[in-house]
Amino acid sequence: MSENRISLGKTETRIPVAKTYKLYIGGKFPRSESARSYPVTDSKGAFLANAAQGSRKDARDAVSAARKAFAGWSGATAYNRGQVLYRVAEVLEGRREQFAAEVSAAEGVGAKKAQALVDTAIDRWVWYAGWTDKIAAVLGSSNPVAGPYFSFSTPEPTGVVAVLAPQQSSLLGLISVVAPVIASGNTAVVVTSQDRPLPAITLSEVLATSDLPGGVVNLLTGRTAEIAPWLASHADVNALDLTGAPEAIRGDLERAAAGTVKRVLRVRGGEDFGREPDIGRLRAYLETKTVWHPMGV
Amino acid sequence: MAAAPSTSPLAPLPPALADAVRDDASLRRFLHGLPGVDQVGVEQRAAGLATRSIKKAAKMWAIDTAISMVDLTTLEGADTAGKVRSLAAKARRPDPDRPDVPRVAAVCVYPDMVATAKAGLEGTGVHVASVATAFPSGRSIMPVKLADTRHAVEQGADEIDMVIDRGAFLSGDYGAVFDEIKQVKEACGDAHLKVILETGELATYDNVRRASWLALLAGGDFIKTSTGKVSPAATLPVTHVMLQAVRDWRDLTGELRGVKPAGGIRSTKDAIKYLVAVHEVAGPEWLTADLFRFGASTLLNDLLMQRRTQLDGHYSGPDYVTVD
Repeated sequence: MSENRISLGKTETRIPVAKTYKLYIGGKFPRSESARSYPVTDSKGAFLANAAQGSRKDARDAVSAARKAFAGWSGATAYNRGQVLYRVAEVLEGRREQFAAEVSAAEGVGAKKAQALVDTAIDRWVWYAGWTDKIAAVLGSSNPVAGPYFSFSTPEPTGVVAVLAPQQSSLLGLISVVAPVIASGNTAVVVTSQDRPLPAITLSEVLATSDLPGGVVNLLTGRTAEIAPWLASHADVNALDLTGAPEAIRGDLERAAAGTVKRVLRVRGGEDFGREPDIGRLRAYLETKTVWHPMGV
Repeated sequence: MAAAPSTSPLAPLPPALADAVRDDASLRRFLHGLPGVDQVGVEQRAAGLATRSIKKAAKMWAIDTAISMVDLTTLEGADTAGKVRSLAAKARRPDPDRPDVPRVAAVCVYPDMVATAKAGLEGTGVHVASVATAFPSGRSIMPVKLADTRHAVEQGADEIDMVIDRGAFLSGDYGAVFDEIKQVKEACGDAHLKVILETGELATYDNVRRASWLALLAGGDFIKTSTGKVSPAATLPVTHVMLQAVRDWRDLTGELRGVKPAGGIRSTKDAIKYLVAVHEVAGPEWLTADLFRFGASTLLNDLLMQRRTQLDGHYSGPDYVTVD
């Protein structure tokens, strides 16, 4: 018994608090419906924590939550979305050290490199937060038409987007694929990096404690190849980001997504998330609506 | 009590029950003599049965059975003839892509919409149910309640959903409630009578049991949990108590009476929990639309989506079913 005692002042006898994380669905942290979890290790194979192993039913629940949140989030003003996202960046900033330690453990990079990755990730979030109220001006237009009409086009969010997050870049990559989805008013169901989920789990804690409404981002940890096909074929998912999809099932996922005419972003995970981003990922989940309004009536 | 039991159009009651409805005092004695409900026990049993896992072929059967038990309901102040017609169309062919989906049991509307619903359901075998007797509060005078009922029956309603006077019941005036149900039953003629107990306002399981027996004694063909306008509406434990009542009624009289939970049942999962309860508490002979119904509007869409999920092998979405 004595070695289990916490002896104050002698920190070497303290037992570390081993964590078993849960999923993030609809603003809550439920256990996986399947009651499964899997061990997460660092880049050298040492045990870090247990993560929930999401199942198809968790994916289904996440899609329902995302659908429920869509009306409110897409209906919020672009300015308001920008404020909410900026608030998320503030909370991210407050957890810099924790993120750096997790990125370092997950990706096997040095402390300095990890810190740089975290800083770039937070900057990336702020960059996308700034785009919320500007994207309509860039992608929308008033169109010159030959008739007594005022014709204008506005970009509108696609709906629920299923995101397969990059497998390698555990935080910067994740933020680079999630932020553009929600910045333009979509809601997201994200399958995190399978072997490096801890920064994503911490991100879910950040999202839960910032102003982001529950359900706008849902994070599922688990086996990508197990969950992805259910999201690709789900009739209530409107778009699919294949960035982190395993090579072997990419074709199947695209075929399944075609069954319900989803938008599919076919980028591969190998992209360099450190480079200066463009609005390509914002544009990928926007649909252009053109309105012909009679004039002079 | 105005109506003497001898004028009852029903089969004669067994002596014990005939004695119960002799006068107010014996009715009260009978209802208060019913065994009390073990609250913890019934809730535990309901929760225990709800954990049962129903999969694959059994689930498909349960979904189709549940669809055939749905009373597709619209009871809004904003109801229009167009909405009732579209509801009737949905009742006829719940999933237009799949003609093998069973029809629902009935369409449930306000009395003034009965004719519209009847026209939309001509020749389909889908019943028209109408709420009556100053639904949902039941606060009106008896002649108005009876006129309400007769109007619905004349318009062609096959089933009448009446509300009891909860005020009278809670103040212990069981005779008044008994007479009320009896008179409405007579006004119904051939139409089936469902008696809404509004369990959300009855406060205790003991009251639910008493109200159930009262409705059965007075001749209700169905006992129904709620109007859907009061929260809490149908719950599993309350439905358990009511299922026990119809089972005991069958044991005493040999007659089969029905139960209809209504309000708050929105998902296939919930519906299947109720079916399990029906099978375990009342018995398998109750697993038919003649003896068990779901009063619901959104439940049908979820049943259809789940049915598609089972058949297509992938999840469906609300974009693929009708809005109402």
